[in-house]
Amino acid sequence: MAVVETKGLTKVFKKGELGAVNDVNLTTQEGEFLVFLGPSGSGKTTLLRMIAGLETPTSGQILIGGQDVTHLSPRERRIAMVFQSYALYPHLTVYKNIAFPLKAQKVPKEQHKQKVEWAAGLLGIEKLLHRKPRELSGGERQRVALARAIVREPTVFLLDEPLSNLDAKLRTSAREELEQFHSRVKTTTIYVTHDQVEAMALGDRIVVLHQGVVRQIGTPKEVYDDPADTFVATFLGSPPMNLIPEERDIVGFRPEHLLPASLISPDQRVSMHFHFSHEEYLGAERILYGSLADKRFEAKDVISRLPSRVEASFEPGSIVEFAVPRNELKFFDRATEKRSEPRVISWQ
Amino acid sequence: MARGRVRELLVEGGRWAVVVSFSVALAFPFYWMLITTFKQDADLYNTANNPFIFNLKPTLVHLQVLFRDTMYLRWAGNTALVGALVVLITLVLSLPAAYALARLTGKWGERMGIAMFLTYLVPPTLLFIPLSRVVALLGLQDTIWSLVFVYPSFTIPFSTWLLMGFFKSIPRELEDAAMVDGLTRFGAFVRLVVPISISGILTVVIFTFTLVTQEFVYALTFIAPERNQMVGVGVPTFLIRGDVYFWGELMAACLITSLPIALLYNLFLDRFIAGFTVGAIK
Repeated sequence: MAVVETKGLTKVFKKGELGAVNDVNLTTQEGEFLVFLGPSGSGKTTLLRMIAGLETPTSGQILIGGQDVTHLSPRERRIAMVFQSYALYPHLTVYKNIAFPLKAQKVPKEQHKQKVEWAAGLLGIEKLLHRKPRELSGGERQRVALARAIVREPTVFLLDEPLSNLDAKLRTSAREELEQFHSRVKTTTIYVTHDQVEAMALGDRIVVLHQGVVRQIGTPKEVYDDPADTFVATFLGSPPMNLIPEERDIVGFRPEHLLPASLISPDQRVSMHFHFSHEEYLGAERILYGSLADKRFEAKDVISRLPSRVEASFEPGSIVEFAVPRNELKFFDRATEKRSEPRVISWQ
Repeated sequence: MARGRVRELLVEGGRWAVVVSFSVALAFPFYWMLITTFKQDADLYNTANNPFIFNLKPTLVHLQVLFRDTMYLRWAGNTALVGALVVLITLVLSLPAAYALARLTGKWGERMGIAMFLTYLVPPTLLFIPLSRVVALLGLQDTIWSLVFVYPSFTIPFSTWLLMGFFKSIPRELEDAAMVDGLTRFGAFVRLVVPISISGILTVVIFTFTLVTQEFVYALTFIAPERNQMVGVGVPTFLIRGDVYFWGELMAACLITSLPIALLYNLFLDRFIAGFTVGAIK
């Protein structure tokens, strides 16, 4: 197990263009599950591939376990990586796939069988050892890829969107398996995904990336409840946070906090006129679409997320009094879009 | 119901008609070579005979002439030796070249690949004149080494091009995985890329060998002595004397030379070409 650290890590693919990764400084904790989260093109995979040694950084440093590995080849870094496609070797059986890293790193042959069986046992694939990758299902392939990664007991695990090729149902169970797997082996893990649900569910901490820049590092609760800027605020959460331009600030609040005014105690509420347009019924909750009726907001679209147990019906086109609890308002600077000091506002 | 059944039968019949006619057309030359090999001259030259069957008793005399009175075996040996050496040289040079062009040189790799393919398009009928000077300067004239030296000039571009296509179809993540798993790039090439591309490599082997056996211009112009001939030149040169064609011997030589290659094609191409990388990625 080891700590991974990057210092001023930058990757520029084409001179003169904006870097794919720009000045990234981060440090994992021992045995941590760290998630890189960002939309496609945010540089998260490039960042991971630099840590793996598959891309050369333009500038900056990478340290694994305190040792500078910036100029070491992938095989000298004692890491294991699971790829998006799993990258199983198609001409080898599952057994030989798992034994491949042992062979490549010249582990004495007598130990192969025992180690392969240990890794296969950990992932429950003992019965598949004689098969070829093409004879496996998606979930089985993922387990083989994990077994191949764990077999030589690496110091760090790197996972590049390992669930994105599974169907929705399988993805949930595979996610659980990953969680259990990590709690068993407790190896420092870096996990790349564009799926916020995966990131929230799996991560001890989340690194939110956008255009190659780290926007925020924090626990799932921190990045959700205390977003550092408007990008993080809108990227996490579905539907995204409502953002209302207001003088020199942007005021944000989550859809689940925008409720009929009667549900919030009078001394807490910041009220607004909600011009209701239509709703989506999703079983456990309802998503209400509308806009702010006050003229100065220029009919800004807002979304409310109402638990289904709240029984209230709204006429399309009607104007209803809605409110947000005062302490749920987040303030962002209008110029920099970064978080700013909260202040007292009244919108009525 | 009945009409559907009739339609089905017609479609099925049509399929068989196509398959059978193609098979007959393709197998016919072999049949022709085979029957001519064993026919007596009197049978061959009588125009009143039905040419598709034995009208007189089959004979082994043509085979005896071929093996006893010509250097056919020697020519076949020369061809096999040149073929094997050229295949070896081609693989040793074009495997790394194709990998480098497919993976490592970026935009320029593609352009160089195209440039190499263009050289393949210059016909030997033009090139043999300057090349004969080169061969003479190197003192290789009248030996099979002149061909071992010259043949790679067209087998390498062709093979490099073919292998490039194969290497490009291998997902990069496989090599990344192999490098993370503890191999160098060269190790990943030898232990992963080559075994996965075995179908492409076999194709190169067979194609290169075929190109060597059927090449005519260089083999004719660079080598004069009878004992150093390639089979493709020796057979027509020494079995056609003036306007006398030794049909039985010619056909026997063609049959014996072409059968192994035909068998090789059937054995390997079918088995390896499809579905080899299925399952590597989803």
